[in-house]
Amino acid sequence: MQREMTGAEMVLQALKDNGVEHVFGYPGGAVLPIYDELIQQDTIQHILVRHEQGAGHAAEGYARSTGKAGVALVTSGPGATNMVTALTDAMLDSIPMVCITGQVPTNLVGSDAFQECDTVGITRPCTKHNWLVKDVNDLPRILHEAFYVAQSGRPGPVVVDIPKDVQFATGTYEIAQANPSNHKSYRPQLKGDMTAIRAAVELMSKAKRPVFYTGGGVVNSGPAASQLLRELIDLTGFPITSTLMGLGAYPASGDQWLGMLGMHGTYEANMAMHDCDLMICIGARFDDRITGRLDAFSPHSTKIHVDIDPSSINKIVHVDLPIVGDVAHVLEDMVRIWRASSFRARPELKEWQGQISQWRSRNCLSYRQSDDVIMPQYALQRLNEAIKGRKDVYISTEVGQHQMWAAQYLGFESPNHWLTSGGFGTMGYGLPAAIGAQVAHPGALCINVAGDASILMNIQEMSTAVQHGLAPKTFILNNSYMGMVRQWQQLLHGNRLSHSYTDSLPDFVKLAEAYGGKGIRVTKPGELDDAIQEMIDSPEPVLFDCRVAQLANCFPMIPSGKAHNEMLLPDEATDEAVANAIDTAGKSLV
Amino acid sequence: MNAHKSDALSAYFLAETSDVLETHTLSAIVDNEPGVLARVIGLFSGRGYNIDSLSVSETEHEKHVSRITIVTTGTPQIIEQIRHQLDRLVPVHIVRDLTVAAKASNQEKPLERELALIKVRGEGNKRLEALRLSEAFKATVIDATIDHFVFEITGRTNKIDQFIEILKPLGLVEVSRTGVAALARGELGLKDVHDEI
Ligand SMILES: Cc1ncc(C[n+]2csc(CCOP(=O)(O)OP(=O)(O)O)c2C)c(N)n1
Ligand SMILES: [Mg+2]
Repeated sequence: MQREMTGAEMVLQALKDNGVEHVFGYPGGAVLPIYDELIQQDTIQHILVRHEQGAGHAAEGYARSTGKAGVALVTSGPGATNMVTALTDAMLDSIPMVCITGQVPTNLVGSDAFQECDTVGITRPCTKHNWLVKDVNDLPRILHEAFYVAQSGRPGPVVVDIPKDVQFATGTYEIAQANPSNHKSYRPQLKGDMTAIRAAVELMSKAKRPVFYTGGGVVNSGPAASQLLRELIDLTGFPITSTLMGLGAYPASGDQWLGMLGMHGTYEANMAMHDCDLMICIGARFDDRITGRLDAFSPHSTKIHVDIDPSSINKIVHVDLPIVGDVAHVLEDMVRIWRASSFRARPELKEWQGQISQWRSRNCLSYRQSDDVIMPQYALQRLNEAIKGRKDVYISTEVGQHQMWAAQYLGFESPNHWLTSGGFGTMGYGLPAAIGAQVAHPGALCINVAGDASILMNIQEMSTAVQHGLAPKTFILNNSYMGMVRQWQQLLHGNRLSHSYTDSLPDFVKLAEAYGGKGIRVTKPGELDDAIQEMIDSPEPVLFDCRVAQLANCFPMIPSGKAHNEMLLPDEATDEAVANAIDTAGKSLV
Repeated sequence: MNAHKSDALSAYFLAETSDVLETHTLSAIVDNEPGVLARVIGLFSGRGYNIDSLSVSETEHEKHVSRITIVTTGTPQIIEQIRHQLDRLVPVHIVRDLTVAAKASNQEKPLERELALIKVRGEGNKRLEALRLSEAFKATVIDATIDHFVFEITGRTNKIDQFIEILKPLGLVEVSRTGVAALARGELGLKDVHDEI
């Protein structure tokens, strides 16, 4: 197809040709031509947010819950800079996102014009790639390339910056016929090296104490990857743990599931990582939240690392057998080779499983229950009970203790149902992300597990939800504290709680009502179940103000600078143990 | 099989590795598009890598591609990272570590040359001395008055360093250098050079 049209029309056409149905955005002078096209069509639905950061996180939530790129549209200058946090967030968590920004007209670029900023300069380090479009005839190619780059290989955010005169100019539109795999310079490697894969499978058949350590890469690789992972776990009988980003790829109810690993991971997951003789890392990147003290990280293991991004390999931890490739492709080969050969897991695996059961029986997620105060863990267990068995539940979170508790106490059974800001830890992510997921899955139950501090960072998006008839439920574990900050102050700074208590929090019930949503407040454990049901049944967006024990802390925890086998467990975390958990060297770590 | 950094407490201590520093020459073929150099430089500054020398110029006009040559110093692991991080940039076609490639074929180094223009002002013996030295270094005089010379010299970086050092007491005014241009020895082009470690 070839047709003459304006740049603004090309934007809409390219979105349609790339299968886009929803755009999250906010107008302004430099994108008015595109907005003018938006209103004259009805294939693409525009969701008007209340802050551009909200558009970015909503696009991320949309992307994470569908596997397709999320699309955001914002104006130049402040519109673009408001997007920077969301772009960086998507960059760190490898979320596909196409962000279109307006720019001042070409002849004013570089003149400090009104609402001008160097968008491609500012977003260069926080995008996978970006473009400033100077000629309308380049626009179709760039837009198609943008979708290809965002969604292929290791996914990520891209920015297409379009000056206003280019939006008005007329040029020739062409559907990208080019086979994306013919991109002149960008060609991610999907298929793993067969010799390496065979060697990996052989190592697996010889392992006595193996563990799978999986991450967001499995989710990003698509549903087939999770399916193949489950198959491989069934075939081998190996235990499996996952990073925060990988939750759901293997079901929490699965027999081999160890729970999440890392700083707030389970005892059994971290001990298995520490004592294993073979670590099979799939689509994870040895983040510092995962490894803890590096020189004591899994000291006796042979390490296999499967990743689509060669730069992730040997970046932090030296691995013995790297395999560059797409997770689904590599897993498929692994499953096939395991099946075709006479490989069996070794008998010693039984002993290893016995050891793991012992660690499990340590019951590291236990906490002291209370009859009159709601323990945050208990609130999440009740929530989990209420949503169990439902397949259409999407959980997003903000950032803090509540996020870690959500990861620990909610069971994720399938990929793409868990939306959280892992790499960047962005407070304010959860509500817009839940909105994004709700847009993609209208009938589903989208719950944002929030903290009282985080929720205020993008609370304005309640208004977006109401306007668009979306009903995400925000479940606030309200402890009046920036709980995670306070926890670190207790661990590192002599319990001097500098500015981590929030006085004058809003009345969340009234706030919900002010936005046109529903507010629910619960203060007693006994009221939880009914109130949670009321929340779930509400056709409106809800702010659920769950007043929880203010001083509860999040355990288990690997204190900074410590190893996997030096975890602080809940029953050992006395005030004194907390105060002395981190030594001088550990204090300088983030 | 052990963690790579024996004394690191966390990822944040990666920079303080005890591994030996090496200097490597990397070549990359990139699209000659606006911003590509900013991407490369931003990568180095953002991730804290060193640039000892960087040169870039369009090498194939019809294909619209440039060749970037970077000399960098780091531990072998960091240099491998740099190579992969560069390769991750969308407009980068290929990256090769020419130093590794040279070692892999039992050579000490790839072919590396730099060009420098050097201005010297002086009179009498100093002036004569400068001229004599330039002959010894095979530099050519490309501009001169009764008071000054401008020398042009090509060669390896250390040869140019040495020439400049010697000229300092002889009235050195200023220097302009191109940075290193490099090719692998032998018949293979960049695409076919083998540099896997
Ligand atoms: C935008 C942003 N600013 C600051 C931080 C640092 N930070 C991490 S957790 C946290 C406190 C979060 O408090 P709250 O939302 O109430 O969650 P809680 O830990 O109490 O569950 C802060 C300030 C952050 N992650 N993001
Ligand atoms: Mg809080």
